[in-house]
Amino acid sequence: MANKIIEIRNLRKDYHVGEVTIHALRGIDLKIETGEYVAIMGASGSGKSTMLNILGCLDKPSDGDYWLDNVDVKTLDKDELARLRNQKLGFVFQAYNLLPRTTALENVELPLFYNSKIRSKERKERAINALEAVGLADRRDHMPNQLSGGQQQRVAIARSLVNDPVLILADEPTGNLDTRTSFEIMELFQDLNEKGRTIIYVTHESDIARFATRNVIFKDGKILRENMVTDRQFARDILKTLPVENIEEFDV
Amino acid sequence: MNLKNLFKIAVRALVRNKLRAILTMLGIIIGVGSVIAMLAIGQGSKKKIRDQMSSMGSNMLMVMPNFQRRGGVSLGFSVSQVLKYSDVVAIKNEATAVSEVSPEIRASGQVIFGNQNTQTTVYGVTEEYLGIRKLSMKSGRIFSNIELRSMAKVCILGQTVVTNLFGADTDPIGQSIRIKNLPFLVIGVLASKGESGFGQDQDDLILAPYTTVQSRLANIDYINSIYISAASEEKSPLAQSEVTEILRRSHKLKESAENDFRIMSQSELIQTVSSVSDVMTYLLGAIAGISLLVGGIGIMNIMFVSVTERTREIGLRMSIGGRGKDILRQFLVESMMISILGGALGIVFGFAVAKIAGSLMSSPTIVSTQSVVLAFAVCFMIGVFFGWYPAKKAAGLNPIDALRYE
Ligand SMILES: Nc1ncnc2c1ncn2[C@@H]1O[C@H](COP(=O)(O)OP(=O)(O)OP(=O)(O)O)[C@@H](O)[C@H]1O
Ligand SMILES: [Mg+2]
Repeated sequence: MANKIIEIRNLRKDYHVGEVTIHALRGIDLKIETGEYVAIMGASGSGKSTMLNILGCLDKPSDGDYWLDNVDVKTLDKDELARLRNQKLGFVFQAYNLLPRTTALENVELPLFYNSKIRSKERKERAINALEAVGLADRRDHMPNQLSGGQQQRVAIARSLVNDPVLILADEPTGNLDTRTSFEIMELFQDLNEKGRTIIYVTHESDIARFATRNVIFKDGKILRENMVTDRQFARDILKTLPVENIEEFDV
Repeated sequence: MNLKNLFKIAVRALVRNKLRAILTMLGIIIGVGSVIAMLAIGQGSKKKIRDQMSSMGSNMLMVMPNFQRRGGVSLGFSVSQVLKYSDVVAIKNEATAVSEVSPEIRASGQVIFGNQNTQTTVYGVTEEYLGIRKLSMKSGRIFSNIELRSMAKVCILGQTVVTNLFGADTDPIGQSIRIKNLPFLVIGVLASKGESGFGQDQDDLILAPYTTVQSRLANIDYINSIYISAASEEKSPLAQSEVTEILRRSHKLKESAENDFRIMSQSELIQTVSSVSDVMTYLLGAIAGISLLVGGIGIMNIMFVSVTERTREIGLRMSIGGRGKDILRQFLVESMMISILGGALGIVFGFAVAKIAGSLMSSPTIVSTQSVVLAFAVCFMIGVFFGWYPAKKAAGLNPIDALRYE
């Protein structure tokens, strides 16, 4: 029997800007089971990022309930939320958010610094393993500005993997990347998903959404519809058909 | 988060922001350094002036005629002639808080030896004068009581007079010089005292028995001033009031009459001059305070300019599991490291500047512990506060708000 990792009931988020109140989320109900691979889609401003930030415990809902791994998030204080983010969640940002002037390895190590159980030897090993998993073992001493956008995003993914999270959340992880690099990231996610991790990501592109097992479409702060992906694609297979060069002109 | 991780994170953050760390440190170095140096210069010159003042005499009181009489009535000559040798005798006999008394009669004129001549002042005094003025003999002897009573034409030369008349090599003792055309026998030479605090040559003088100067050189029956040594520094005020009383009595002044003499005390003079140099120290301190302020503002500037980047860093750290207190501790450790290192360098810098300034101005500089502690404490607090305060603000935000901070 599949285990619910996320359950959300009537979730709302309002932003107050001066006199105006923006209803970014207007009552969301959503269940996600362990091992699912969910793509959230929708028009710009429909509330996708807001949703994902709340799922990642980076932001708080104005109203409604959120159970993460059967824990009512409302009942947790700031420090407990921090521990949750540290040990159960991995977040990938559209803008990578790597620390500048800091090597790839040190960036990946960062989450482990906030886990006092992990000794420095283990920390380094795990960071190297995570970099290996994203295929950047040879770039461990490079600074972010010495890496391409795709490589930086892979470092960010390695950072989200390093603490062995049960849930990976990614807000437009391929938003700044070209087609081939996007597919490579998707391949990485699909591999991770196959190993049992639950992944939720936001995307604008329908061909990227087809790598998921389920799509959730947002509109004006509500879920417009949900559907299982019937023609699911595997990035590994598509990448094989892509020529290595001039992929820019290639349209899938 | 354990301590080792904390320090590792802080050190990495500092290394990552080398320039910011160095600029912040520079603010602290300049702030601390200038306060230390300025106060050291102020304290040093105050000490120098005090030392010079006290080398002028030992607990000295100077009595001179009071020319400044109220009411605009000038009493002419008689006023400058009120002090007599009998006053000296009266003080010597009656005052209890006084250890030495000497009259002083001044006569200026030309002094000749061979074909050399010089213009100088001859002081008619008793042998007690040397103790009062902290003069000492380099060679020869002081005039005897017999010579005093007999108005003997003997004299003791200051170093400048020796150099002007005899050159460097000749021993003047036993030679005869002419003062205002009268022959005087040189019986001693004074040890050099150098320049006074006011740039005066203290070696350009001749001492002779007061009797000789009074009747042979100046031709007067009064004395110019009386020099007194109080028995101790504490007794100086008592000596002053005793002398006032004695002189009023011997001058037969009525109850209502003003003093016809004026007493200046060395300790008062030292206090006056000290308070002037205190003002100078405060001024220097104020300048240093301003540079401390400017340094502090520099620190603030650098910290606030880096707030955007650092707030995002804080957002990121929180989003990957950093707790508010982890982040605050990191920032606290970072700014403490900067402040301590900067403060230490600032102290070294301050000492160096004080030393260089001291040798340039050929006056001692005294680095006081208080100024070091004060400067360090102020800069430390500024550095730590402005390193920590933005972090305090950011750590209270939702991670996402910190990440989005602009
Ligand atoms: N911090 C905020 N303050 C005020 N309004 C906000 C804030 N963040 C988001 N909003 C508003 O909430 C709504 C949803 O924003 P959100 O970022 O979730 O959209 P999105 O679906 O991620 O859009 P996009 O695809 O362009 O990233 C928008 O109308 C936006 O203006
Ligand atoms: Mg968005």
